[in-house]
Amino acid sequence: MAKPKKDPGLLAVFTKGIIKENPVFVALLGLCPALAVTSSLETGLGMGVLVVFVLTLSNIVVSLIRRLIPEEIMIPSYIIVIATFVTIVEMLTEAFAPALFDSLGIFIPLIVANCLIMSRAVAYASENNVGRSAIDGLGMAVGFGLALGLIGLTREFLATGAIAYGVFIPLPVEGAILGFDIAPLNMEVFVGPAGGFIVIGVWLAVFNAIGLYKSRKRKEAWDRWVEKKKREKAEKKKQKAMESAGGSA
Amino acid sequence: MSPTVFFVAIVSSMLVNNIVLLRFLGICPFLGVSKRSETAVGMSAAVMFVMVVSSVLTYLIYYYILEPFEITYISTIAFILVIASLVQLVEMFIKKISKKLYKSLGIYLPLIVTNCAIIGIAETNVREGYATEYGVLPGLGVATVSALGAALGFALVIFAFSTIRERLEAADVPPAWKGIPISLVIAGIMALAFLGLEGLV
Repeated sequence: MAKPKKDPGLLAVFTKGIIKENPVFVALLGLCPALAVTSSLETGLGMGVLVVFVLTLSNIVVSLIRRLIPEEIMIPSYIIVIATFVTIVEMLTEAFAPALFDSLGIFIPLIVANCLIMSRAVAYASENNVGRSAIDGLGMAVGFGLALGLIGLTREFLATGAIAYGVFIPLPVEGAILGFDIAPLNMEVFVGPAGGFIVIGVWLAVFNAIGLYKSRKRKEAWDRWVEKKKREKAEKKKQKAMESAGGSA
Repeated sequence: MSPTVFFVAIVSSMLVNNIVLLRFLGICPFLGVSKRSETAVGMSAAVMFVMVVSSVLTYLIYYYILEPFEITYISTIAFILVIASLVQLVEMFIKKISKKLYKSLGIYLPLIVTNCAIIGIAETNVREGYATEYGVLPGLGVATVSALGAALGFALVIFAFSTIRERLEAADVPPAWKGIPISLVIAGIMALAFLGLEGLV
């Protein structure tokens, strides 16, 4: 049984947030935390985990109450739902991950003003059922977290020449790659504010370039296909003409 | 408390700790409405107004309501509620008194609710501990002045950035870098320039 076109599978709802509609690199949402807390892989991923909680839960609740809320007070009501979950997550982080709480600082309460969360609430959760909204929130948040991790990884590596993720990951490249001392090449500017802007800009350009390359390839393939069809049509015509000529002869 | 405190507060929040380039607050409007310098000015005016008023209100609510009742842990919810309702009020008020002003500012006002610069400044005012340093009411003065400085810094940077972007449209940029990527790199260079102001205060 074929699915109707407007109803993509749950897996597609999940994965679209990670690559095709990545919040940071495609939709450019939530750039404030993407710049502010990505001076290292650890804080970037930590913020990603918090957003996973807030976005999934707020999408679920928004989807549950979507028929009860009149349109005029939609944004204030949703923002209270989001703020409630942010406060819960803030308290939990303070209790169970105090180090992360300290390094994220003011950016934990600021999750409430993260445009990614509000835009998913308005654009998706207010129009879809609970299950789909939860999956959508989860996918978007995972995409967001991975993007933050990628930015943090780049910045931390360029600035310190090493990746220090707590005590869980040993540091295979600290100070040296293949015996080559990289300490003099450390660029501390990448931990600072300027590095954040530049790293995101460069990654965006890289993904743009990949997108442009793909669309060019697709266009070439399409042109080839059109050409082939044209040739086939012309050949068929010729054959038909020959056949009819042979038949009349 | 000497008047230099206010001067230091305004310079430090406008230049040394620039809200956009060095504290990463308000990046969305910074990138979103900086394509033309006119819209940048409109957004800056709306932000300046809402930021100053909301930081006064949130400060008073924090020290006269939340702290006496020992419910400071709901400050995030309280602040965002204040900001959202303030924005709604301002929108209705402007609509009533001046159609022209509403036309030029109106479209930016709803965007301000999710502008992290506003709630960011409200949170910073409380976290910086102006109240414990200068007393609750004088601290309100310092908080208001630094909110004004932050808004001025926002206006300065977004205006400079928008004029750069206007010229960038005529520039020959490689296709993959067009639009946001090259703008972000330019913002990075601007942030480097602002780093030079460190130690001014």
